[in-house]
This record gives sequence, C-alpha cells and structure tokens, in this order.
Amino acid sequence: MIDFSSTLKMALNSLKVNKMRSALTSLGIIIGVSAVIIMLAIGTGASEKVQKNMESMGSNILTVRSASAKSGGVRMGVGTKPSLTDSDAKAIARNIEGLDAVAVLSSENKQLMYGNQNWSSTIYGISPQYLYIKNYEIEYGRSFTPDDLQNYAKVALIGSTVANELFGDLNPINKTIRIGNVPFKVIGVLKSKGASGPFDQDDLAMIPITTAQKKVFGTAFPGTVSQILVKGLDADSLDEVSNQIDALLRTRHKIGRTQTKDFEIRNSAEFQEKMKSTVNTFAVLLASIASVSLLVGGIGIMNIMLVSVTERTKEIGIRMAIGARASDIRWQFLIESFLLSMIGGLIGVVTGIIGAESVRLFSADLTPSISISSIFLSLGFSALVGIGFGYYPAHKASLLNPIDALRYE
Amino acid sequence: MALIEIKHAIKTYVTGDDSFNALDDVSLSVEEGEFVAIMGASGSGKSTCMNMLGTLDKPNSGSYYLDGIDVLNLSSEKLADIRNLKIGFVFQGFNLISRTTALENVELPMIYKGIPPEERKKRAREMLKVVGLEQREDHMPNQMSGGQQQRVAIARALVNDAPIILADEPTGNLDTKTSIEIMEFFVNLNKQTGKTIILVTHEPDIAEYCKRIVRFKDGKIISDQSKEEWIKNKQQ
Repeated sequence: MIDFSSTLKMALNSLKVNKMRSALTSLGIIIGVSAVIIMLAIGTGASEKVQKNMESMGSNILTVRSASAKSGGVRMGVGTKPSLTDSDAKAIARNIEGLDAVAVLSSENKQLMYGNQNWSSTIYGISPQYLYIKNYEIEYGRSFTPDDLQNYAKVALIGSTVANELFGDLNPINKTIRIGNVPFKVIGVLKSKGASGPFDQDDLAMIPITTAQKKVFGTAFPGTVSQILVKGLDADSLDEVSNQIDALLRTRHKIGRTQTKDFEIRNSAEFQEKMKSTVNTFAVLLASIASVSLLVGGIGIMNIMLVSVTERTKEIGIRMAIGARASDIRWQFLIESFLLSMIGGLIGVVTGIIGAESVRLFSADLTPSISISSIFLSLGFSALVGIGFGYYPAHKASLLNPIDALRYE
Repeated sequence: MALIEIKHAIKTYVTGDDSFNALDDVSLSVEEGEFVAIMGASGSGKSTCMNMLGTLDKPNSGSYYLDGIDVLNLSSEKLADIRNLKIGFVFQGFNLISRTTALENVELPMIYKGIPPEERKKRAREMLKVVGLEQREDHMPNQMSGGQQQRVAIARALVNDAPIILADEPTGNLDTKTSIEIMEFFVNLNKQTGKTIILVTHEPDIAEYCKRIVRFKDGKIISDQSKEEWIKNKQQ
C-alpha cells in the first residue's frame, strides 16, 4: 500500500503541472467560501446588532398601558383613556412575587428652552426605577433621589441629543432649562444609547413623575400614569406574572373576567423573540444562497477532474502496468480534488475575511462579524465538496482497464 | 513447474458479426533465466500474448500460471501486486510519465510497493547508475534522447528486482546504434543476474540477441526453437 505523503506529493505535482487550470478551478471554491463567510458575517453581525438593541431597550419587561378611550363610538388609540394610577403600580409591587422592579411613566411632547435655544422633545415623568428597567445610565451628574419625588423637585435628566441641541459644548449640569413654562434644573446627562429603529433613544428629558403630574402635564385625572413597567426576573416567568397583573388590575378596576378591560399588558420578550428569529431566518437564507456558489465551485472541480482523468488515461495505464492498484489511482485523484478544494478554501477564507471587513466601507448599516465557527464551517464544507465531487472522477479513473488505458493516445 | 506456464490460451475479439482469434490455442512455457524473443508480423498475436504474459489482459479460456500462481483467477488488486513485484515492463514508446523527473519515474514502482522515501531515492539512484544515467536524474523525459528514456524505463523495470522483464519492441523507436546498446544491456543482464527476459520484436537482427525464438502467425505458435536452430533453418 502506498504511503500518504507520496500520494500527496504526486497530487501536488500534477496540480503544479497545470497551474493555470488548477488556479481557475480553485477560483470557484474561493468565491464560494468567501461568499459563505461574508454572508455568515453579515448575518451574525445583524443578529448581534439586534441583540444589542434589545438589551438597550431592556429585557424581560411587561408594559401595562391604559386602553383606548371611546368617544361617541369613535375609539381612540391606546393610552388615551387614563385608567392607570400610581397606586396600581404600588399594588403590583406589593402583591405580586417574582418581580425585579416596577416603574411608572407618563410622557408628553413639550418645548424645551435654554437661553435663546429651544428644542421639541419628549418629556418622561418617571419613577427612578424606570432608569434601571430600561438600562439608562447617567453619563455625568446624578440621578433622582426619593426626596426629589416627595418634594416635587423641579430637576431634570436630559438625553445626549437634547444636551447637544440646547447646550452645544456647554456643561448642562446645574443650568436651568424651561420645560413648557416651568424652570427645571439639569442634574444629569444620560449615556447615549443610540437609535432603536427610527426612534432616537437619546432625544428625551426625564423629570420626577410627581413633578410631572403636578406641574407640567396638567392632566384632568390627578395621579394617573400612562404606563406601568414591570421587570420580571427571567423571560420564562413573564407570562405567569402577566396573568397575575391582569387579575390584580381587574379586581382593582372592578372589571369582570368577561368584560373589556381598560388596560393592556404587552410582553417585550415575545416581540424580542420574534425579532431574533426573523433575523436568524434572514442569516440562514443568506448563507444558503452563498453555499449554492460553493456547490457550483464543486461542480467545476468535478468537471476539471473528469477532463484530467481523460487527458491522463495513458499515465493511469502506465501506473497500473508498473503496479498501481485501482485504489491507489482512486486515492491519487481524490487527493488532487481534495487539495484543489482545500487550497481554494484556505484562500477563500482570507478573501472572505477581507471581503467581510470591506463590506463596512460600503454600508454603515451592515456590521459584519466573523465567527471562528463560520470559518471552520465553510472550510469543512469545501473539503466535503472536494471529496464529494472528486469521488466520481477518481472512481472512474480507478475503473480503467490497464490495457485500454496504456493504448490510449 | 516452469516460471511461466500457459496452456491452451484462446483470446477471441468480436467486432460486429465477425470474430477472430488473436490467440488460437497457444501453449508456452518459459523457465527461469531464459531469454526469449517472440516474433511475428503485426496481427500475428504476439502483442496479445505479451499483454497476457504481463497480466494486463486475460484470455477467454486456457490457463496461465506465473511462478506457480494461477493469475487468471486473481482479483485486479492482486494482479497489480503481481505486476509490481514479479514483472518489469519495457515498452516501445518508453511510457515514462511526462513532466516527472527520471529519478521520480524510477521511484514509482517502489512507491506502489510501499518502500519508504529515503530508501526509494537511494535505490533509484543506484539503478540509474546501472543504466549509466546517474548524471540525468533531474531531467524530464522530454529533455532526454530516446535511448536515454528507454534506459530510464529499463531502470524502472528493474528497480523492484522483478524476476521477469517483458519488453515490447523495446528498440522499435530507436536508431541502430542505440538499439545495439540496449540489446547488449539485456544480454548482460540475462547473463549476470539470470533474469528471465521475454522480448517481442519483428526484426530478426534484434531476435538474434536472444537464446530462444518463438514465432507467431495468425494467433498460433508456428515455431519454437533455440537461436542456433532458428539461424540454421533461416539459412536453408
């Protein structure tokens, strides 16, 4: 039996003899492997981006909103009928177990002013836990204290977009801005979270919920809030918590089990799961399209190997005459096609990495991320392609009758 | 039993409705150390006989024992081993592998025998020296003359120390001077190492170097004589 290193050397030798042809054949695999790596990188990048967005929005959150108001048969949007109150939030925090945090929120659009600058933004009246639940961090300055809430303090946290628009390069801390007509002292600036879809998460100002209710929003229903946010301990318990909140609020609002309720509960985990699976489907789709080109590269290898077997029929005859077994011939050709695909695969990995990195230059929205597993996956796939498509030509070569092969001109 | 023992071999080729016997009841036995010329016109069956001797082709009926082995009932893998270990081929067209150096060509039978690379190189160099080509080991076949190529082919045939050398018109593509050199090499080889050499030729001048002459016509052996008898008959 022939040793492996000698077969390898023979195979390399015959690839060297037809350099141009070998290079062109490998090109199919190079393109295929590059395409798979680039597409997987784009897919992985996209799902990492979505994952990050999700995390910036906070996870395991139930949002309770007041339901739509009905005005003479015309139904208004969600939250138009203020039915939720501070005490609902307190009741939830008190009565339901397995919660991480509860916060309330009311928001309205208002004009913000500082000096001669003004900017329209969303004002969030919040309880301090809101910052924790939504993963907002203070870039500099301080957060709200319980005293601020109790004393209806006129203090505000502003997002980085607002800070830029109103203050430019100035330090906003301890400056006084006007929200509507009410003066507020800026006590802190929030760390930038970037955009979530079309929604700029940094274009906002936050004030204590108590101050908002009493001095800014001027609602006809004192003590109401537009949302209660509940953070569960983990994604699995959210459904159960949601059911408990539903039951609790129905009791508190005196709504029977069959009646239409005046609030609604949304589970962020469901939405996040959907979003993730959409992105994953998209990534798998991209990779499958790319792997078709790898398959086409494999067919190119088979094509060239068949030509090579026919062209070298005489050589095969000579080898058989001096003692090559059919299996030796099969190995020789199989290793040749394997080498073609592996050389192509290795070059393809390099060009794929370069390609994936240069995708950034074309589009800022694509954030390709190359994983080691995608490199091994595409290399493994190209090895399989080399062996799979090389087998038939190699087998054909091994079946040649030595006397016919020797006579072949 | 003789080294080569063929009995009642028949090889029939069918083309359309016609069929003809390339070998028509051929029996031949060759002892170890013989130097045999197989002669005949083209189409006489001498090449078919040679291919059968080399286990490259099988007769439709008959038997063939090589060194006591019933080769007609061996698998193709075993036949490959027989060719590798027991037979050295020398062809009319040299049949070296192109774009492969003289040394690598000579190494080839040893690769299939499974000899480690270092020893392979050493023995291939020794063999090239025996045929007088030690200076040419890095030359490709197309960089060598016909005579040099044939000597590389002979080195390749000898390198596994096979007991039988089968030479099919080994001088057919060579000029007279080179032909004489090659034939003298075969004569010495037979004399010094006792290797059995069977040589196919249609040239009486070449056959005269051999010790025994077997003549084919229409698939049959028409004479089987020692060189002396053959020369005597020719003159009559």
